[in-house]
Amino acid sequence: MSQQNLEPLDVERLREDFPILEREFDGQPLVYLDNAATTQTADPVVDAMSDYYRRYNANVHRGIHHLSQEASIAYEEAHDRVADFIGAGGREEVVFTKNTTEAENLVAHSWGLEELGPGDEIVLTEMEHHASLVTWQQIGKRTGADVKYIRIDENGRLDMDHARELVTDDTAMLSAVHVSNTLGTVNPVSELVDLAHDHDALAFIDGAQAVPNRPVDVEAIDADFYAFSGHKMAGPTGIGVLYGKEELLEEMQPYLYGGDMITKVTFEDSTWNELPWKFEAGTPQIAEAIGLVAAIDYLEGIGMERIEAHERELARYAYEQLSAHSDVEIYGPEPGPDRGGLVGFNLEGVHAHDLASIMNDYAVAIRAGDHCTQPLHDKLGVAASARASFYIYNTREEIDALVDAIDSARQLFA
Amino acid sequence: MGMGSDMYRQQILDHYKNPRNYGELEEPTFTHVGENPMCGDEIRMDVRLEDDGETIEYVAFKGDGCAISQASASMLSSELQGKTLEELQEMDRDDVVDMLGVDISPMRIKCAVLAEKVAQDGAEIYRGELEKEKTTTED
Repeated sequence: MSQQNLEPLDVERLREDFPILEREFDGQPLVYLDNAATTQTADPVVDAMSDYYRRYNANVHRGIHHLSQEASIAYEEAHDRVADFIGAGGREEVVFTKNTTEAENLVAHSWGLEELGPGDEIVLTEMEHHASLVTWQQIGKRTGADVKYIRIDENGRLDMDHARELVTDDTAMLSAVHVSNTLGTVNPVSELVDLAHDHDALAFIDGAQAVPNRPVDVEAIDADFYAFSGHKMAGPTGIGVLYGKEELLEEMQPYLYGGDMITKVTFEDSTWNELPWKFEAGTPQIAEAIGLVAAIDYLEGIGMERIEAHERELARYAYEQLSAHSDVEIYGPEPGPDRGGLVGFNLEGVHAHDLASIMNDYAVAIRAGDHCTQPLHDKLGVAASARASFYIYNTREEIDALVDAIDSARQLFA
Repeated sequence: MGMGSDMYRQQILDHYKNPRNYGELEEPTFTHVGENPMCGDEIRMDVRLEDDGETIEYVAFKGDGCAISQASASMLSSELQGKTLEELQEMDRDDVVDMLGVDISPMRIKCAVLAEKVAQDGAEIYRGELEKEKTTTED
């Protein structure tokens, strides 16, 4: 593959952009391996946001004065930058939300409540995050639409034969994660989208775990909707992105009402602003949008292919190190092109929360719990799992520290 | 090897690995179950009262979950013997943390207090002051 020729990341240099990584706890350096939950924020992002607050903080769209003009331009152009980053047609197709969850809810409420009814089917996967699973499940209950789940196989991959069985002409929406936050599986999203389109269904792809660490082109995938969050890609919390095809967003009703999303208001009625503002009611996340642009600039400066290769290499190394121990159960596919940069696992005889607590004593930050995929954990037959997830600043040495901490937990509980 | 974990001192690990009063009572005065949905911890507590209907004679528990929740149940099962239901009801989270003898991080406090909540709810249900099938730490 061409990725073998990519220049490796200069991790030591990159770490300088994340001063939080210098923190120590009880004299031990922080080993931050909870990046699937949130990544650390790059200095250029913090700088861009603080520059906005220090120099041109103002509300957008309504102001005639200099500051508001500067802020409005920066905020609006942030949509253009995001569109360019993910291969969308333009700012009309880029709606800023609070996070991926809100993007999912926007479509589920605005499109789903309007379009779905008894006899319609929503197809999800067994590895959906609660962000889409709970949302579509509840929309299903309210509209009478049935929700079906594409099975995963024993390796944590989608059973595509089952997908082809489930998606029928009754299917109205297929919503799937691009990369599973629990299994690390990279799903064949183009194939899923094509399958939905073959049956005149729409496809929503949850890219929260994909956009931060690999090149994503929404038009190449041909997704009708695609969503991701700023805080998982070295950017700020409080901002997510909903990509939607312009003709679909055009037809959809607003999700939130209020200021900025209207064109004309009388006591009797209102008309809606043009895209994307129709979906951005009230004062938006101005600083966060500016921060998101800085994060995109930062990541593209490194190169998304290089980031993907780095994560894949760390995942492969972690998988190898962990699988050397027979009492460690790893979830998800073996290392390869369809495995992202996270490893979910359990240590036999030690509850994942105990494991995470012990790791914390060694300043190793991992996540333990159900990772917002409770039904998937039921399927795996465990109440919780531990998860180490990697980003651009992580090193092999940090994975060694993870393995050492697991050894300590094993001895403590022996 | 390495530094010991504050939250996992010998006592906690000992109770986790060798739980006291583990099992079910043949003739419990009352039984109650509870769970911590976040962790998947589950506890069942059987309590037998003395003839006065007030003093706890014996407690047994069964459960599954993290070391903190199970050790807490094991310790509590011993701690409660000889106490009155009144004394049980007066227990709070600080008493549980004192009993465990370690600092419990905020994220793990629900694991620590599950057994206490199960016992307290069980007693209240027994006295007809509460109607509940199952205790959960999310209440």
